[in-house]
Amino acid sequence: MLIKKRTGIEIPSSEITPQHIYLSRRKFMRGAAAVAGSSLLAACAFGGEEETAVPATAPTSAPSANTPAGSAETAVPGATTDELGDPLNSFEQIVNYNNYYEFTVEKEDVAGLAKGYVTSPWQVEVSGMVNNPQTFDIDDLRAFEQEERIYRLRCVEAWSMVIPWTGFPLSKLLAAVEPTAAAKYVRFETVYDPDNMPGFNKYPWYQWPYIEGLRLDEAMNDLTLMATGLYGQELLPQSGAPIRLVVPWKYGFKSIKSIVKIELTDVMPTSLWMDAAPNEYGFYANVNPEVDHPRWSQATERRIGEFGRRETLMFNGYGEQVASLYDGMDLRANF
Amino acid sequence: MNTAISTTKKRKTNRKANGRWLRAATHIGSLLPLAWLVWRYFQNDLGTDPVRTIILKTGITTLTLLMLSLSVTPLNKLFGWKQLIPLRKPLGLYAFLYVSLHLLTFVWLDYGLNLKFIWDGIAEQPYVIIGFTAYLLLIPLAATSTKWAMRRLGKNWKRLHKLVYLIGALGIFHFYWLGKVHTRAIIYGSVMALLLLTRIKPISQQLVRWRRVLQKRRK
Repeated sequence: MLIKKRTGIEIPSSEITPQHIYLSRRKFMRGAAAVAGSSLLAACAFGGEEETAVPATAPTSAPSANTPAGSAETAVPGATTDELGDPLNSFEQIVNYNNYYEFTVEKEDVAGLAKGYVTSPWQVEVSGMVNNPQTFDIDDLRAFEQEERIYRLRCVEAWSMVIPWTGFPLSKLLAAVEPTAAAKYVRFETVYDPDNMPGFNKYPWYQWPYIEGLRLDEAMNDLTLMATGLYGQELLPQSGAPIRLVVPWKYGFKSIKSIVKIELTDVMPTSLWMDAAPNEYGFYANVNPEVDHPRWSQATERRIGEFGRRETLMFNGYGEQVASLYDGMDLRANF
Repeated sequence: MNTAISTTKKRKTNRKANGRWLRAATHIGSLLPLAWLVWRYFQNDLGTDPVRTIILKTGITTLTLLMLSLSVTPLNKLFGWKQLIPLRKPLGLYAFLYVSLHLLTFVWLDYGLNLKFIWDGIAEQPYVIIGFTAYLLLIPLAATSTKWAMRRLGKNWKRLHKLVYLIGALGIFHFYWLGKVHTRAIIYGSVMALLLLTRIKPISQQLVRWRRVLQKRRK
């Protein structure tokens, strides 16, 4: 069941648009190329009528804002843009461009390799410094009141997407297990399944399983989501089925996929990436245009589906909700 | 006697015909990656991130062509494959074409010609600087690829064109630095190292000796 709740960063459901109205990727690419007036290859696009029939349609001109709620088909719940007015990425883009090293490091090959990966039955063990440790069946977690959240996802590799997730705030799950006063951090663990995921054997130099962590106050922030679906459907394996974390103000790798274990602890967890490259990946990994990755700039990003770049926003544009978590901290040292 | 002459003649015509085929194959083979990109573009099949696809394809093609053009001289030394020599120039020039497309994609499709963004993307970013340096060094080589320039420069032409080893090394480093899995960059690096070894005098002399032994045996 999908219960829609206003969270302040949402667009009202009166802006529901049926999926077919979304510009097809084909049109979108053309549009982007025409807008940029640039596409190197478009220069060779000699007058096929199809080519000229599509005007320089910017994706934002999708007839969404004016679609009355009553007439809208509800194929896709929710709005067509994020709160900044930028269009959602298409379902196709979202499920075909994934960083999921347990399958492969090749982003466009994850979907194929993850196809048919079985995520049922599934259980998530929540333990550690809690009064009420529990092992949740995935259906128990789906029974938490589900909301839609449209979040930007900014990958540390300097690309980004806008994704309509469904899920529930992590804080609600934590409330159910009651962290003790000693708990300071939350440690997450992805499934370890070398028999069905080729990446473990292919990249043995990583410290598997995938580990991520949040400070307890970060975990309790309302933006921090346990996602079970996107575009109104259950998550596909490549997106981290059946349940994953989404922390929109941090680089994408913090949003750990296919979670099997959550542990409350008083020591800062060492994530897989902190272990693999401590000079490149820190515990916080907040999106920060002013602190570059040692090997590339974080000042700009490419929104998937667009040509050209846009400026990366501090905290990925969620500063209002999360900046206070880091008051007085040197974000250059705590990268 | 007569038969000996006709076999040499035959060999020569064969070699000429082979040379033509090789040259045609070089042009076609070198243009295939570009054709692939253009075809995919019109099929709307450049993947979810077309810019990245184009950057990767043009970059990898550049390195491959550069390695191929570098291997011409050692292969001739080792096996006496003279018919490969004329391929060195088109291979090098195609490498220059692809690296130009690579750079153009970076500043145009990726960075939308936004100078501020490009500056952010380059300043203090060693891998970009290394790649860009390699590109700048390749320009004089491409510019002096004509017979006229060869004659004009004389001995210096050879000296100048030895830069290609440095360019190749920078290019491979640029690729290595960016990749997640370095297998391909390591393969390029190993090929490059082998090719460089063949340019070391004692080694190249040994290669020539081996070739002579092989040729004698064939006779």
